[in-house]
Amino acid sequence: MASIWEYANPKKFIDTTDRVIPSLWIISMVFVVLGLGWGFFFTPDDFRQGSTVKIIYIHVPSAFVAINAWLMMLVASLIWIVRRHHVSALAARAAAPVGIVMTLIALVTGALWGQPMWGTWWVWDPRLTSFLILFLFYLGYFALWQAVENPDTAADLTAVLCLVGSVFAFLSRYAVIFWNQGLHQGATLSMDKKENISDVFWYPLLLSLAGFTLLFLVLVLVRTQTEIRARRMHALEMRERLAE
Amino acid sequence: MLEARDLSVSRGGVPVLTGVSFKLTTQTAMILRGPNGSGKTTLLRTLAGLQPASSGDVIVEPDTLAYAAHSDGIKATLTVTENLTFWAQTFGHDDIGAALTAFDLLALRDRAASALSAGQKRRLGLARMVVTRRPVWLLDEPTVSLDTRAVATFAHAVRAHLARGGAVLIATHIDLGFEGETLDLAPLKARPGELLGFDEAFS
Amino acid sequence: MRALFWRDIMLALRAGGGFGLGLAFFLIVVTLVPLALGPNPELLSRVAAGILWLGALLACLLSLDRIFALDWEDGTLELLATSPVPLEGLVGIKALAHWITTGVPLVCVAPVLGGLLNLPASGYLWLVAGLFVGTPALSMIGAFGAALTVGLKRGSLLLSLLVLPLYVPTLIFGAEVARRGAAGLDVQTPLLLLTGITLGTLACLPFAAAAVLRVNLR
Repeated sequence: MASIWEYANPKKFIDTTDRVIPSLWIISMVFVVLGLGWGFFFTPDDFRQGSTVKIIYIHVPSAFVAINAWLMMLVASLIWIVRRHHVSALAARAAAPVGIVMTLIALVTGALWGQPMWGTWWVWDPRLTSFLILFLFYLGYFALWQAVENPDTAADLTAVLCLVGSVFAFLSRYAVIFWNQGLHQGATLSMDKKENISDVFWYPLLLSLAGFTLLFLVLVLVRTQTEIRARRMHALEMRERLAE
Repeated sequence: MLEARDLSVSRGGVPVLTGVSFKLTTQTAMILRGPNGSGKTTLLRTLAGLQPASSGDVIVEPDTLAYAAHSDGIKATLTVTENLTFWAQTFGHDDIGAALTAFDLLALRDRAASALSAGQKRRLGLARMVVTRRPVWLLDEPTVSLDTRAVATFAHAVRAHLARGGAVLIATHIDLGFEGETLDLAPLKARPGELLGFDEAFS
Repeated sequence: MRALFWRDIMLALRAGGGFGLGLAFFLIVVTLVPLALGPNPELLSRVAAGILWLGALLACLLSLDRIFALDWEDGTLELLATSPVPLEGLVGIKALAHWITTGVPLVCVAPVLGGLLNLPASGYLWLVAGLFVGTPALSMIGAFGAALTVGLKRGSLLLSLLVLPLYVPTLIFGAEVARRGAAGLDVQTPLLLLTGITLGTLACLPFAAAAVLRVNLR
């Protein structure tokens, strides 16, 4: 019987992803290049924001991936807690640095965008602040992985931290909104997007969103493979120590 | 009172013992023997429920085990009485007289634990076993830093415990001078070929 | 469990520094702020509520790693885990003892330190109320963080990194209560939210912390 859990076997996971990864690299790169190329060179300048608006093609996708990377870590942690599949825990570990980088990109591009628009690099706006807090959560999560030696213990501890952290990150998000209603425009991504953004900007944005998401996916797969191999090395070393 | 069936235990992901089976019946003492690193502590911790077994079963009635580790869990700023009373209360009563007598601690009763010698601390740690009022004692190297007289006191306390219908499992290197079965762990050492659990998938 | 509670209080009293250290730290923070910001009473009265919350939070953080570390080092934690005390209860008791020895003294001296910072008269009641409601959450979240890092060598730095982001909602609502109170505005909404967070934390985190302790004791 074929089951999705078969892929939880490290060997099977590596074999399958080995076949998928090269094409995923290509597809994600095509999407990113198309989206960014179209966005940067073939869209008109915004009548208010000028060409600055084009940073949206990096800013929004990276922010999108940064948030969803955390959600993916949450799901992976839950799978680890419930079903004890090691690949799941390692995938969560693999996603964290990618999430950190994406959060950083979102913060930096946001600052670059904010400077000409609001006249300042940084404001304590709810969205910006939430992102900064998300960044702190990522750092804590990753630091815990690094600090614990025994891989199983680390997986358990970080999984619980991810669960608790998710609840508190969610609370922080609403606390921050309560704390300060800000400058940041409303969400770019929502069902009634037509109100926020016109089609000319929307299609290239969709492309680069897809590109960033695929890029995230392929990076996580590659990193998970690396983690699995590192883990295998660890297992072999242990075996050797045992043989002594 | 305590039974292990084909138990395998691991430490930090490394399997250390496989196929441990024994039965500890009432009024018996069992001595665990084996060189350093053979997994005595790991086995005792697994039996005490602090860590899960890789495979196999531990069969024991709930709330019958009392475990004594290498460190005694003594607070230096509390007196001997306060330390013991705390543990007694944790186990639901506050009668520590028997424990003080059994381990010859009456004279030290009001002394702060920080002023005790290593051997005296160890006696205090072992006295904790009496106040748990649990029938099965798991003792990990109980005689470390005890002098000959204290070892005799300890052996006497263990015999009294056995006579009350208890049972003890002791990991030790020295001869305590009482009758009991011996479980040698050396032949049960896990072999590299018998890697357990998930690691197979990673190798 | 009662025995555990009294033992913890007694240990904090005997070891010294249990009550005193956090308070002294709180006082130092409050002393340093005017030195850094300048003595302008108007400015100070505007930031007083926030500074007091921040000071309380940092003072609380200071003693967190003692919650489990001492019992871990001398083996007590391992022995307690094999005793009839459930680990969830143990975490709750430890957090309670931490709150009594750290949180409550902070709440008590906060009005005095508020005076040093020219806190407006209308702010005292809500500052104290907010701290009283919010500090239990700080202790409980801290106990969770301490449970996460209990076996680690460089645990205390990591502990701050893990715990401080978790303090964000409490800090925001707590400081908001104090700020609105000082400005004479309605405090009901943030106070209720703060209470909600504290109650939710007290209800759920003991289980998470106990799970984590079990992992660390393996």
